[in-house]
This record gives sequence, structure tokens and C-alpha cells, in this order.
Amino acid sequence: METIEVILEGLPTLLRGMGVTIEITVISLILAMFIGLILGVFSITKSKILRGFSMAFVDIIRGTPLLVQILFIYFGLPSVIDIDLTAFSAGVIAITVNAAAYLVEIFRAGINSIDKGQMEAGRTIGFSYAQTMRLIILPQAIKRMIPAIVNQFIVSIKDTSLLSAIGLAELTLSGQSIYAANYRAFEILFAVGVLYFVIIYSLSLFARWLERRLDVA
Amino acid sequence: MKMIEVQNLKKSFGKLEVLKDINIDVQSQEVVCVIGPSGSGKSTLLRCMNLLEEPTGGDILIEGDNLTAPKININELRQRMGMVFQQFNLFPHMTVMENITLGPKKLKGKTKSEANELGTQLLDKVGLVDKAEVYPDNLSGGQKQRVAIARALAMEPHIMLFDEPTSALDPEMVGEVLQVMKDLAEEGMMMIIVTHEMGFAKEVADRVIFMDEGFIVEQGTPDELFNHSQNERTQVFLSKVL
Repeated sequence: METIEVILEGLPTLLRGMGVTIEITVISLILAMFIGLILGVFSITKSKILRGFSMAFVDIIRGTPLLVQILFIYFGLPSVIDIDLTAFSAGVIAITVNAAAYLVEIFRAGINSIDKGQMEAGRTIGFSYAQTMRLIILPQAIKRMIPAIVNQFIVSIKDTSLLSAIGLAELTLSGQSIYAANYRAFEILFAVGVLYFVIIYSLSLFARWLERRLDVA
Repeated sequence: MKMIEVQNLKKSFGKLEVLKDINIDVQSQEVVCVIGPSGSGKSTLLRCMNLLEEPTGGDILIEGDNLTAPKININELRQRMGMVFQQFNLFPHMTVMENITLGPKKLKGKTKSEANELGTQLLDKVGLVDKAEVYPDNLSGGQKQRVAIARALAMEPHIMLFDEPTSALDPEMVGEVLQVMKDLAEEGMMMIIVTHEMGFAKEVADRVIFMDEGFIVEQGTPDELFNHSQNERTQVFLSKVL
């Protein structure tokens, strides 16, 4: 069979896998942005408890391999507590938690990079801390954080390939299942690589466009 | 009427005692200039008055309300006091008009058109109507500071605090900012101004306060302080700056 035929034959399966990869990435990153932002704000508040909580979360998640976290959530947790997680939801939890830990640091650094005179100016007008954050600090900080956030998004997209270890039929596992049957690993893995590249490169292009647009303001 | 009463105010940063027992009363419509060498505590005193710095001890009453009382609504209280900073602190992601109207819109419930009308009036007052749609990065230092004054005035404050408003400006731009402040003083705005501009203090202030090493060393009318000071520390300082 010709190379191109092998790829075309596998393509429907690969595209289904790619759909799962995209789905899990989008859900996880939206959740991770919320958690990352909240814990990021925790990490710069005066409250020692909130700061400590945020720091502990970051240290624990960053200090352990993602593969171990995935296996722990899917195989470890259900063996001690009464939950029944599908591979998909275990995957969402693992990628969310992992990305959130890195995003906390991105948010913290981004917010800290804004001159403290901005907070003081907002507060002296009469805005509360939260209002000043929302109206004045975050709009400026997020613009600066975009390259780092996109970087984390890209890492997270690639990290979803580790979910093949718990039998989730995302892009990588879809590829494995094809070449396990037809022994054409070269063609199939090449196609898998191209499809990852398409997702990630589209995101990069979008990010560049977004940055340019925000630069106008 | 007493607008601000400062009683036995103390402020320390760690072991460093920056303010040691400060007492001042300021009346409505009064213009007070605070002068003194750097590190004398004058900026810290001003920043304590709207709680940008938390006093270590003593009381500050703004129109009778005690700033350090536990259940004081500091956000409401700060709306009565405008603050102008040395570094302007304009919001770089907003136009001049947005900078000025953000507070009135979000805190005073003004509609966009009401806020813009107020904004235009204030820009007219500081001579910058043509800059309404410009971003702060495209303004000179003097223009930025005039916008910052307009932004503070937009909240219709009873008191204006100025923290070295001309210290970050090129010399040729100092005059335009001082002129705006002078106009404000003539309208009867109560102002407390930390400044190194002795000429301005002489001309505009009702009262000049000289601070050194965390104390108020001497205070009086500009004439008393600049021309007839009996205090050695005041004389030494003035001989260096005049």
C-alpha cells in the first residue's frame, strides 16, 4: 500500500482523535484559566492563608510528573474514594490542575509587573481592591501575559498525548491503535505529528493576531 | 471648619520611624504646602491622610470621620479626597477621557454622556480639550500631570492632595502644572501640597509646614517661614534651597 493511502485510510480515526484532543484541551484550559487567575490573585494578597494555599498548590503540582498525576487521578483516587471517573473526565482534571499551577505563576508575575502606582491611583479615586484589579490592573497585565499564557497552552496541548496512558482515544492513542493493526508506524506517526502541528500553529497565529490587535489600544 | 485633623500621628516602616507625633489641623479652603528635605516624612504624611500608608499610631479625621476606625468605608472616604502623584499614574490602556470618566461612571453612576460632559469641562479647565481621545503615552509630562489633576477633580473631591506634583517634570513644564494648581486654589479648593517649589509655596500657600526627621519643625504663613524664621533647622534648609 502507498504511503498516501495508508494515511488516508487512517485519517477518519485520527481526526476523531484530534477532536478529542481539542475538546479536552479547550475545556481544561478554560477551567485552568479561572483557577489560575483566582489562585494567582490569592498569591499576591495580604492573607497568609490564601498565599500559603496557592504556593502549596503550585509547588505540589509542579513538583510531580504529569504522567504520575494522570495515573493517580484515574487509577489511584477511585481505589480509595467512591468516584467513578471516565478517562475523559480524569484527563480534564489532570490537564486543568497541571496547567493551572503554571498559570498561577504567570498571573502572579504579570500582575506584579504592573507599576504599584496603578493600584494606588485606582484606590485613591475610590475603587475597591477588586474593582481596581478588574478595571485597571488585569487589563494591562493580561496583555503582557499573553505570550506566556499561549506558551502554556501549547505545552498543555502536547501534554494531552500523555492521556493515551489511561486509554483515552485522543490523537496519540488513535495513531497507536492504527499502526498496531497495520504496522505502518512511520506514516501514521508522521500524520499524527502534522495534526498536532496544525492545532498548535493555528493557536500561535491566533495569538499573534490578538497581540497585534491589543497593541493598537 | 476643620476639614482634616491629624492627632499624634506616628508611622514606622519596620524599625524606621518616619513620622513621630504629628499634629495638624487644616481648615476648609486652606492651601497648605509641606516642605522639607527628602526623607523628612512629608510624602508619608500625605499618604497616611488617605490611608495609602496605614498609620502606626494616632488618629486622622477627615471631615470628622476617623480614618482608622474599624468600620470606616475607606472607598467612600477616598472619593472625597483627590490625589495627584509625582509619577502621574495615568492608566495607559485608556484614553485621556476614559481616564477622567472611569470614576464618575463606575462609582458615581453617571451615564457616559454626563461623564463625558464633565470630562470635557475639566479638560477645558486644564487646557487639554484637544487631547481627549489621546492615550497617555502620547502626552508630555506636564500634560500628563494636568490630566491626572482633571481625573482627581472628576470625583468632585472636597480636598486635593498633591505629592510632589512637579518633581518628575522637565523644568519648562513645571509652570503649566503650577498654574492649574493656582487656579484651583483661587477657586477655594482645600489643598495639601508636598513640594520643592518654594516660589509656588510663597505665592499660593496660606500656610507652610516645614518637616524634618519625622517632626513638624515649624509652621506659619509663607512670610513668617521664609522671611522671619527663628528656627535654625528651617534656616539651614531654606539657605540650601532658596
